[in-house]
Amino acid sequence: MFNYTFHWHQALRALPDMLWGALVTIEVAVLSMVLGIAFAVLLAVARMSANRLAYGAATTWIEVARNTPALFQIYMAHFGLGSFGIHLSPWWALLAGITFNNAGYLAETFRGALRAIPPTQTRAARSLGMGPLRAFWSVVMPQMFRISFPPMTNQMVWAILMTSLGLTVGLATDLAGVTQELNVRTFRTFEFFALAAVLYYLIAKAVMLGARLIAWRLFRY
Amino acid sequence: MIEIENVRKSFGPLEVLKGVSMRVEKGEVVTVIGGSGSGKSTLLTCINGLEPIQGGRITVDGTVVHDPKTDLNKLRQKIGIVFQQFNAFPHLTVLENVTLAPRKVLGMSREAADEIAVKQLSHVGLADKLMVYPSRLSGGQQQRMAIARALAMSPDYMLFDEVTSALDPQLVGEVLDTLRLLASEGMTMICVTHEMRFAREVSDRVAFFREGLIHEIGTPAQIFEAPEKPETAAFLKAAH
Repeated sequence: MFNYTFHWHQALRALPDMLWGALVTIEVAVLSMVLGIAFAVLLAVARMSANRLAYGAATTWIEVARNTPALFQIYMAHFGLGSFGIHLSPWWALLAGITFNNAGYLAETFRGALRAIPPTQTRAARSLGMGPLRAFWSVVMPQMFRISFPPMTNQMVWAILMTSLGLTVGLATDLAGVTQELNVRTFRTFEFFALAAVLYYLIAKAVMLGARLIAWRLFRY
Repeated sequence: MIEIENVRKSFGPLEVLKGVSMRVEKGEVVTVIGGSGSGKSTLLTCINGLEPIQGGRITVDGTVVHDPKTDLNKLRQKIGIVFQQFNAFPHLTVLENVTLAPRKVLGMSREAADEIAVKQLSHVGLADKLMVYPSRLSGGQQQRMAIARALAMSPDYMLFDEVTSALDPQLVGEVLDTLRLLASEGMTMICVTHEMRFAREVSDRVAFFREGLIHEIGTPAQIFEAPEKPETAAFLKAAH
């Protein structure tokens, strides 16, 4: 049953290629997070607004993002939009799909955080002559980010792991894609994917560590 | 000058202000006393337009507060308000709390805003707390910071909404001293308060609120020593 000979050297020789792939993985995850946060802030505010259209649109986005497989969301961005003549490359489709997913989850995180900030903070800001946007930007949002920081960190790790779904829309340049290419060429499935898994693990750990440093630097109060 | 004419204000079916009229001249200190729920605090938040009104009119230096055409952000720059709950911005240092509005609303440079903030914070006795976060301050210190924050906008009027009610008894004195200092400098002030001795000491006039109306208004001597209305006398007797 166990007459398999490991060929680790083969995998390790491909390590530089895989590291380049990891760079693409990080690139997509970071961008999806930055865009996801921006959309999530808008969604959270829309979801708390009295405007029915804004509320409806935001609720639909959030519900779909949170209650359907991330795989389908990425598929839809590539093949689904393709049916309507909107052709996104695998890289863009992956970014769009993960951004959509991040925004949905983060919007709910932000909404919870906003509820935890007393409305008197906004009143105090407005009474100093700040407009509603300024009050939100300078007084409410920084507090919202602090409250949401741990779940945001989780979402960042989740975004990194989700990038591996780029495989399904044919992305060959990220860590999962590069690994799959090597696998197809060599059939050393175990070695390559084990090595890729270690790399994903290390990236995720680095994110957690980085988040801790950022929190330590940013949230002194 | 602040002119309050026949102001009515309701929260749903509950009418809190039932036709309040009052006039506060430049340089005057008016304190508002009365039982809880008599509408005292609500009046203050109507004056700077934080709350809409259902009837009447409030004008500040000729500007009608609740006119839809009024730029409330502009108007609020000259009406400082300090709340019962200090409402410190917890994510900003004491200095940043005070410089935020001068920088972002008035567009001051950091240096200019810092200069004003340091001046105001020294004024309220917090010059040694500039880089501290509000969570490290006592209630009294947070409240004095809130006063400095409002003063940094160089307002023409200051509204104080029960600013000592949330403080431990031993911290009340330091905040009242700050208010006394402001009054002595000629700041136009409306103070809603439960501190009768303070009201008696600093006020030019005292207004007694009862059931959404000014029941009696007069000089401290009139109100505290010879109230005309029996309800005023009864309230003061209970409050002492």
